Amino acid sequence: MWRHAPLAALTVWMLAVSPARAVTAYVSNEKSNTVSVIDTDTWTVTRTIKVGQRPRGIEFTRDGKFVMVAVGDDDTIQVIDAASQQVVDTLPSGPDPELFVQDATGKILYVANENDNTVTIIDLDKRARIGDVQVGVEPEGMAISPDGKILINTSETTNMAHFIDTATRQIVANVLVDSRPRFAEFKRDGSELWVSSEIAGTVSIIDPAQHAVTGKITFDIPGMRREAIQPVGIGLTRDGKTAFIALGPANRIAIVDGTSHQVTKYLLVGQRVWHMAFTPDEKYLLVTNGVSNDVSIIDVAAQKVIKTIQVGELPWGITIAQP
Amino acid sequence: MIRALVGAIGFALLATGALADDPVEVGIGYLHRAKARPTLSLVEVPADNDGVAGARLAIEDNNTTGKFLNQHFTLDEKRLKDDDDPAAAAGELAGRGIGLILVDLPADALLKAADAVRDRGTVLFDVGAIDDRLREEDCRGNVVHTAPTRSMLADGLAQYLVWKQWKRWLLVVGSHPEDKLYADAIRRAAKRFGAKIVEERVFEDTGGARRTDSGVTQIQRQMPVFTQQAAAYDVLVAADESEVFASYLPYRTWDPRPVAGSAGLMPTSWDPAHDQWGAIQMQNRFVKLNSRRMTAIDMQAWTAVRMIGEAAARVKSGAPKAMLDFLKGPDFSLAAFKGQRLTLRDWNLQLRQPILLADGRMVVSVSPQEGFLHQVSELDTLGVDRPETKCKLH
Repeated sequence: MWRHAPLAALTVWMLAVSPARAVTAYVSNEKSNTVSVIDTDTWTVTRTIKVGQRPRGIEFTRDGKFVMVAVGDDDTIQVIDAASQQVVDTLPSGPDPELFVQDATGKILYVANENDNTVTIIDLDKRARIGDVQVGVEPEGMAISPDGKILINTSETTNMAHFIDTATRQIVANVLVDSRPRFAEFKRDGSELWVSSEIAGTVSIIDPAQHAVTGKITFDIPGMRREAIQPVGIGLTRDGKTAFIALGPANRIAIVDGTSHQVTKYLLVGQRVWHMAFTPDEKYLLVTNGVSNDVSIIDVAAQKVIKTIQVGELPWGITIAQP
Repeated sequence: MIRALVGAIGFALLATGALADDPVEVGIGYLHRAKARPTLSLVEVPADNDGVAGARLAIEDNNTTGKFLNQHFTLDEKRLKDDDDPAAAAGELAGRGIGLILVDLPADALLKAADAVRDRGTVLFDVGAIDDRLREEDCRGNVVHTAPTRSMLADGLAQYLVWKQWKRWLLVVGSHPEDKLYADAIRRAAKRFGAKIVEERVFEDTGGARRTDSGVTQIQRQMPVFTQQAAAYDVLVAADESEVFASYLPYRTWDPRPVAGSAGLMPTSWDPAHDQWGAIQMQNRFVKLNSRRMTAIDMQAWTAVRMIGEAAARVKSGAPKAMLDFLKGPDFSLAAFKGQRLTLRDWNLQLRQPILLADGRMVVSVSPQEGFLHQVSELDTLGVDRPETKCKLH
């Protein structure tokens, strides 16, 4: 019997490391300065990676080989090798990076630098800073239009979505939104840009062609005071039909009809829900709960929370490799 | 021909995109006293530009936003000596076309300034005076208050002390009028939130310098004696806005008890140690610009100028009346690093805001505390609420 043990161990080991296409999610833990790696087949944390100070914004590179994580208090973006699950490099991000976005080719990275009112542009291959754009006060949310032509940055104190032409790197339009815009997300067909305003408690729907706010999503949860409803992260399904919006200290995810912009359901998740990521098949949505130190798994079709996974302290951002 | 020309101009305006709005120039005045008040602690001596520095940072912030909207903001600072007339100073600013004035002056001087320019439509922002009467019986329709009131500060402290189950208070009051006003607010708070003032003592100001070569020897003997044989209490609450004795109390009370109020755990609108809810960015920007830490008065001035900037951006105008109407309305909310939106109480133009509780090194808690509920806004559990107000705005 004992003879079989090493073999069994070896099998387990092979399953774990072999490129079995098991999807992994990476969660940045703002307080514990770590990144938790979650296996989405078993819904368990398989590894905890030490990173720099105050990790927040986190994204896979387009080729799926690396994970970039903004460590704001170290003024840099660290690069984690997804194969070895170790920090292998840093990027010259400019001071206090928080959120960032890549262009469609995965060659250019745009970073919001909260401390000096700029968006920094980085060449990912050369690991070099190649330019910057002056924007409003406290730049935060970043999104890129599906055709790659327009970069969006939201500035939290200026209360605008800035439209930046990616070819000329000039601002071409500024759209006023409600207080403290934190996150921006395009519909895949480019027809709408959604911007969450954390302090005002609204999500603005912007027509990217007209540069105009065409609608506004508001939230009304019985028994919940208005001040506690603070929308941050937004997840839109690929078909644009359903949106999930994290409501911060309201401890809920609002499910919104992508066409009518009406809230259809509120899902109770953990405390202070921040950001989210879909699994590649869009079967599941993972959301980070900052205060309760866990990640809730939502069954997208059933619109139900099916599981909660403990991660590090104050989880903030999350990314999942896309095929 | 003319039509074609108009069309061409219209096209040119569209083409410039971001700068298509009409230019708006907003001049903001700032009135304050030339001489700072003395403090017991050397580290709390206010900087020469206390308050003004916060306003200047907000002017920078507004101008960063303004460059996308074709709006520009300037600050015009006026320092008053003791015998300078605040009415004349406000009139002089208004005469130069300044329709918005930040004021960091005592209550009576503020009222003189407000009444002198009321008929011109000038709007004042009280960034320093915490007197409840300025929002109650002496309220003015042209004065917005970003400074919290004494009752908001006392309520913020009381909620925490009650949450902590420190419900028996020894109240020590200074002998100056403003100390007594603070004590009134503390008594009111005790009653509202279920604490008990087990005993009150008055600390007489017998005059004298706040710093002496003989130093702390006397104080070390004086404070234990002053606080001995008190009724059983959980926390000593000091009301000493005049900076005469409160800072001498921590670690020197007869009974080993914490101190709160004017020393120890202090309620405030802002603290240099506050770093939650994005406040770290604000603190960093302030230190970068001013090479010192940001005080409560700096924050109150920053908030006032940001309110002006926000109003200008939304109404696309620098007209004081239009801006005030917007600030009073349901669409106004300000993000000011306090974890929730700040709005204006439309019945007395007081800014709703959470109250920080700080000990000089750290922010210990932020009120309103959990469980203190309100039908409109939990922020209205702090200070005088609408049903109790004596304010009639004209």
